[in-house]
Amino acid sequence: MKIIVNREQEKLTLRVEGRLDTMTSPQLERELGEGLEKVQELTLDFTSLEYISSAGLRVLLAAHKQMLRQEGRLVVRGVNEVVREALAITGFLDMLHME
Amino acid sequence: MEMGEKILVVDAVVENIEKVTEFVNGYLKLWGCPAKARAQIDIAIDELFGNIAKYAYRQQPGVAVVQIEVTKEPLAVIITFTDHGTPFDPLANADPDITLGAEKRQTGGLGIYMVKQSMDQVIYAYRDGKNILQIRKNF
Repeated sequence: MKIIVNREQEKLTLRVEGRLDTMTSPQLERELGEGLEKVQELTLDFTSLEYISSAGLRVLLAAHKQMLRQEGRLVVRGVNEVVREALAITGFLDMLHME
Repeated sequence: MEMGEKILVVDAVVENIEKVTEFVNGYLKLWGCPAKARAQIDIAIDELFGNIAKYAYRQQPGVAVVQIEVTKEPLAVIITFTDHGTPFDPLANADPDITLGAEKRQTGGLGIYMVKQSMDQVIYAYRDGKNILQIRKNF
């Protein structure tokens, strides 16, 4: 997995490429853990994400909660069919702001 | 009718998830399994083999056996995960409430729930001191 970070003032965009699973999710968790303070809009660009497992969903939920706490928002962008179905099955599609 | 099967025996550790995924995918590509079904199977491997790696052998390390078969009529792949660790039926827990708001949301049980929803069949049995977990995906 590869993460490309783009920060513009209070907007943080992470482009996540590859797979978000048991082995790779801690990498995203670390990236978010360090950089969310003062962020008002966090965008996860999943255009090049192949699939997401529950390990990735855990990180997504934590990021979503953190953004709610600091009155910002998490935007999820560019999901493929497999990722969309995973989010739909687990109710995340209704909970998250999708673009 | 059975069209063939393959077996992989590996240490049940999370570092081997990728090895299992490659083993299964190599075989699925041979049989022309569509990319979407392959990705769903990859997710299932991450959840199921990942669970075995994390929970089956807490006392001492052990192995997991991954067996893959492709059947005809219906054209399907059947993957069986076997370990001789702590007895654990992942299907016994209630499904998570996926309608809760973010603050009340728990992530426990989401993985096995995804597998149940995306596979055509998931079966668990404890036999001869072994956890046997089998998934079937039609393609």
